[in-house]
Amino acid sequence: MKITIETVEHVANLARLYLSEEEKAEMANTLSSILDYMDKLNELDTTDVPPTAHIIPLKNVFREDVVKESLPREEALKNAPEKERGFFKVPRIIED
Amino acid sequence: MDGGVKMEFETVIGLEVHVELLTKSKVFCSCTTEFGGEVNTHCCPVCLGMPGVLPVLNKKAVEYAIKAALALNCEIPEFSKFDRKNYFYPDLPKAYQISQYDLPLARKGYIEIEVGGKTKRIGINRIHLEEDAGKLIHEEGKSYSLVDLNRTGVPLIEIVSEPDIRTPEEAWLYLNKLKTILQYIEVSDCKMEEGSLRCDTNISLRPKGSDKFGTKVELKNLGSFRAVRRSLEYEEKRQREILESGGAIVQETRRWDEARGITIPLRSKEEAHDYRYFPDPDLVPIVIDREWVEKLKSELPELPDVRKKRYMEEYGLPAYDAEVITASKALANFFEECVSQYHDPKTVSNWVMSEMLGILNETGREVDEIPFKPEQLVKMLKMIDNGTISGKIAKEVFREMFDTGRDPEVIVKEKGLIQISDEAELEKIARKVIEENPKSVEDYKKGKEKALGFLVGQIMKETRGKANPQLVNKILKELLS
Repeated sequence: MKITIETVEHVANLARLYLSEEEKAEMANTLSSILDYMDKLNELDTTDVPPTAHIIPLKNVFREDVVKESLPREEALKNAPEKERGFFKVPRIIED
Repeated sequence: MDGGVKMEFETVIGLEVHVELLTKSKVFCSCTTEFGGEVNTHCCPVCLGMPGVLPVLNKKAVEYAIKAALALNCEIPEFSKFDRKNYFYPDLPKAYQISQYDLPLARKGYIEIEVGGKTKRIGINRIHLEEDAGKLIHEEGKSYSLVDLNRTGVPLIEIVSEPDIRTPEEAWLYLNKLKTILQYIEVSDCKMEEGSLRCDTNISLRPKGSDKFGTKVELKNLGSFRAVRRSLEYEEKRQREILESGGAIVQETRRWDEARGITIPLRSKEEAHDYRYFPDPDLVPIVIDREWVEKLKSELPELPDVRKKRYMEEYGLPAYDAEVITASKALANFFEECVSQYHDPKTVSNWVMSEMLGILNETGREVDEIPFKPEQLVKMLKMIDNGTISGKIAKEVFREMFDTGRDPEVIVKEKGLIQISDEAELEKIARKVIEENPKSVEDYKKGKEKALGFLVGQIMKETRGKANPQLVNKILKELLS
């Protein structure tokens, strides 16, 4: 399967990645070859095989509805590059 | 459109409702879900999206979601799983929301609403479980936004209707019914003002009779059921005008501007929602066996539609009374408490519907804030029955009960409200009133029935409403015959 430069740009944009022209070309090639490799799987007949939702053979792992202590706010905000009055501070999100 | 023939359009509306579940802790971590705590104090490494943490599903959240699904007549598939919905937004610290994509918890349900005296069924396409996002605060004139992640990870169910709704009124009825049902089964408090119930809508128009959908518009920022209705009414008209003048509808998201009463296009944030869903490897699938479903089903209370029907059959209430009273679980419980101690359900219903709801509306209070008990209302009704107070005075007593929570007997005694049923005393007053109003007496004798009413009124005034009205009528008629 051939991945185009446009696809690379689209995916990079969604992932907020900034790639140089060389990197885009390299990504297009690399991703194409990965998909080609995975294409091998299509040779198998999977008509009667249900899609795998999870690779670990576990189900219904639950916790009870019990409240435990949260982090102190200073801890929660510790890694934030910017904060104000207990809030995380981020570039303005335009909403209108 | 040529020929000047006005085309008839049909409106098609679908609703997406998000409801926060009433669990004590968040859906994938043990932080509290309590509303309104200090900013960023209900957070832990899991809901903050720190690397290397592992979400673990809250069993209660799953059970509440299943209960909601059952109450909304849904099918519960045996197998369900969580997926990651990827997008960048500061209210979502992981840059993905844990949600459900192709295998939701429930499908194919419905809600029944009453439109124009008929029952209409609105389909529910799916219900899935997901986590709520944080809250963004945009202060005027600032170059930044502030983020509070207390709400991040609170369990939500998203209830997606089929495009079965045809009018803004139906949308409003659907929402009210949905809220009533969810409150009955106590899985959510459905407070729009606290954000525990949120609604987005989509609306399109198509030529009447067509089975193809028109281009739809999504509406956001709907802060109340009234806003939902008004925005749909506005949008219906806007789209019709565009179509009638030969224009085309642009597929877009529009924001409801409550103050101006209009919808405005929202600048699209991400190029066509490309969420790149994939199964969340951190969470194992949920397998719901029939036994579990049956157990949860058996825990459901009597639902509003069933209760309404029972009120009509068992208590002989008119459909309207039954509908209004059962629309609130707390109100219905209060009503039933009264009826269990009083012989005439319709009388109770009249007091509940007019006086009680009237005062609640006027004071903006909730049913559970009523300061007196059902027994006290029953006591008051019995005081009317045995002639201690008149129906008119009872309204005064009722108001006092509402304000102070005191017993009707105490109020009547203290305020000297006991009905005057002493014939001799009433006759004395009647004679006085007759003497003072010769004109009315003359009118009455000439056959003007209305004049009697005036005289009764004068006696009531004289006794400050305490005269027994039946006796007054009788005495006046005797004196004037």
